[in-house]
Amino acid sequence: MKTAVVAAIIGVTAGLAAAAPASAATLDDVRARGYLQCGVHTGLFGFAEVDNNGEWAGFDVDYCRAIASAIFDDPTAVRFTPLSAAERFTALQSGAIDVLVRITTWTMTRDASLGLTFAGVNYYDGQGFLVPADAGFETAADLDGGTICVQTGTTTELNLADYFNSRGLTFTAIAVADRAEAISAFEAGRCDAFTADASNVYSARMTLATPANYEVLPEVISKEPLGPMVRIGDPQWLNIVRWTHYALLNAEELGVTQANVAEMLASPNPEIQRLLGQNGAAFGEMIGLTNDWAARIITQIGNYGEIFDRNLGAGSPLGIERGLNALWNAGGIQYGMPIR
Amino acid sequence: MTFGGFFNDTRVRGLALQVLAFAGAVAFVAWIVVNTNTNLGRLGIGVDFGFLDDRAGFNIVQTPIPYDNNSTYFRAFLVGLVNTLMVSALGIVLATILGFLIGIGRLSTNWLLAKLCTVYVETIRNVPLLLQVVFWFEAVLVLLPRPQAGIVLPFGGNLNNRGLYLPAPVTEPGFLAVAIALVVAIALTIVLARWSRRRQAATGKTFPMWTVGAALVLGAPLLVFLVTGAPLAWQEPTLQRLNFTGGIVVIPELAALLVALTLYTAAFIAEVVRAGVLAVPRGQVEAAGALGLHRGLTMRKVVVPQALRVITPPLTNQYLNLIKNSSLAVAIGYPDLVGVFKNTVLNQTGRAIEVIGITMAVYLFISLVTAVAMNLFNARVALRER
Repeated sequence: MKTAVVAAIIGVTAGLAAAAPASAATLDDVRARGYLQCGVHTGLFGFAEVDNNGEWAGFDVDYCRAIASAIFDDPTAVRFTPLSAAERFTALQSGAIDVLVRITTWTMTRDASLGLTFAGVNYYDGQGFLVPADAGFETAADLDGGTICVQTGTTTELNLADYFNSRGLTFTAIAVADRAEAISAFEAGRCDAFTADASNVYSARMTLATPANYEVLPEVISKEPLGPMVRIGDPQWLNIVRWTHYALLNAEELGVTQANVAEMLASPNPEIQRLLGQNGAAFGEMIGLTNDWAARIITQIGNYGEIFDRNLGAGSPLGIERGLNALWNAGGIQYGMPIR
Repeated sequence: MTFGGFFNDTRVRGLALQVLAFAGAVAFVAWIVVNTNTNLGRLGIGVDFGFLDDRAGFNIVQTPIPYDNNSTYFRAFLVGLVNTLMVSALGIVLATILGFLIGIGRLSTNWLLAKLCTVYVETIRNVPLLLQVVFWFEAVLVLLPRPQAGIVLPFGGNLNNRGLYLPAPVTEPGFLAVAIALVVAIALTIVLARWSRRRQAATGKTFPMWTVGAALVLGAPLLVFLVTGAPLAWQEPTLQRLNFTGGIVVIPELAALLVALTLYTAAFIAEVVRAGVLAVPRGQVEAAGALGLHRGLTMRKVVVPQALRVITPPLTNQYLNLIKNSSLAVAIGYPDLVGVFKNTVLNQTGRAIEVIGITMAVYLFISLVTAVAMNLFNARVALRER
């Protein structure tokens, strides 16, 4: 009787332990499942938000859809997992999502200690300040001695402390976990300023009762390269995410848009031929996809510039300038590695 | 005994079921541990608490113990812990007082008072606490002016939307004598109380212990304070360009959280108290009346001691709830254990398993200690049958 129970315990334990999740080949898992699992922000206008039609929309969301298009030629083959700042890494580590595209700053700690890695920088951001327009703040240094609302669980708190300390300035940080509550406290006058990544600050300004009464300080106090993350140990999957990003950039550089991609298939330009998999170019197969992978992305989603304009730039209420995110040959630092 | 007969034995079956249930629980925990370790190992990250010694680098708005952004994550953890303990302790004291008053009020023969207390209880306990926390936070912020237009209070205090600023006492040499006087007075009062109780037991003569005790505890330090030439200065908060500096500050987050926790828990405590008082048989009160005890004495010597027996166990539950509910602080930015440690530290270090583990263990520990303390109190007030 006793030996039987002990044997049963050992058997059950061993059986459960063997049922390890997420195998090494993420692409095989995604294909077998039939859709991509993408971790995004819980709700940040311009980057990831459920729109009026109940569909996810935004800059980060379009990156998820681009990856899904490359694999399935179907931008809807994505399941979005909204994640808080604190949940995001655990979700990727545990295999609950395949890729994390959630305005995550590329830092050395995150690259080296989480078992995760960054596939590129899809948005060069910096920490900015939102202040009442009539308060007379010209630069962030004018906030000396003031109170600053900040959302917890981000590099934002560290940058804030570093910036003020290195200049011998003092401040009081009100760290609120919920972004909406942090903005609400700022609007109610609890703080002199609200700080977050500049993109986030522009988005926050839109949600205030009278956005015109508030301004974003011209200064950014940190480097915030935001990018998609994947688990380490799967170079093929890393390549798929990384080269999806480069394909978007190269398409913009070469003038391939969602509207003209069909004509561009017949382009005599060898760079475009390599991008779109024409004339025997077999780059998609190198990363486990089909050779028309980039053509699928551009057809379904558009190029980098189109994604930016639609969600953040001139075509969106946010109206954020391209700035650092312009292509390298247009005054910015976005640079697509060559496909060859 | 046949094999079938063996399993028909109730005791054997019961034992077998227990062994199976235990085995299932062990297997489940083992699965979680093995699975976690396997997956963390595959990613090259193990469970490691070394990060607690690293520099935290972020600021915290309320630091009852010394802390700045050069302190370690462990120090940040302690700050969060102390903030949690502080709001919990204040909340327990205030909720107990308010709860007792409202509970007694519901039993009052005054119709208006009883109905008001009923309305209070039914309203407050039926609205989710998170909403109340946010409500009080928004209310506090909407009602209060900016620091530049703050409400000036006597003795240099100021009330504005950055907090309640009060002058801070700064002790000067000689203040130690005042503290010593207080300790001596308290010791004397205890001795005097023992003497008075023994005298009353022996002779029946009463002694005005409350008056004398209060006079001693308040009077002695005050006298020493005046004799030594008032060795205490006040540091008044002063308005800088954007905010007040100096003095003691009660931040709006603490005030809002404390109000919400107190009002909410008091509604439940009121019901516990009402149930406890009603549980004392009417005959006890009538018997006390027949013995000639007046109303106050009846309450103090007959009703309350018996009611406390009924009240204490459910009261413990309410205290535990309040401690755990204090973690809702995170919604409004009060820097409690969850806000500082589970949110900021977890995100900066990415050490989810370690941080969540520590946080859960700490709440478990605080709750267990509270429960043990309340159980000891319960054992004291329990009916001793002779």
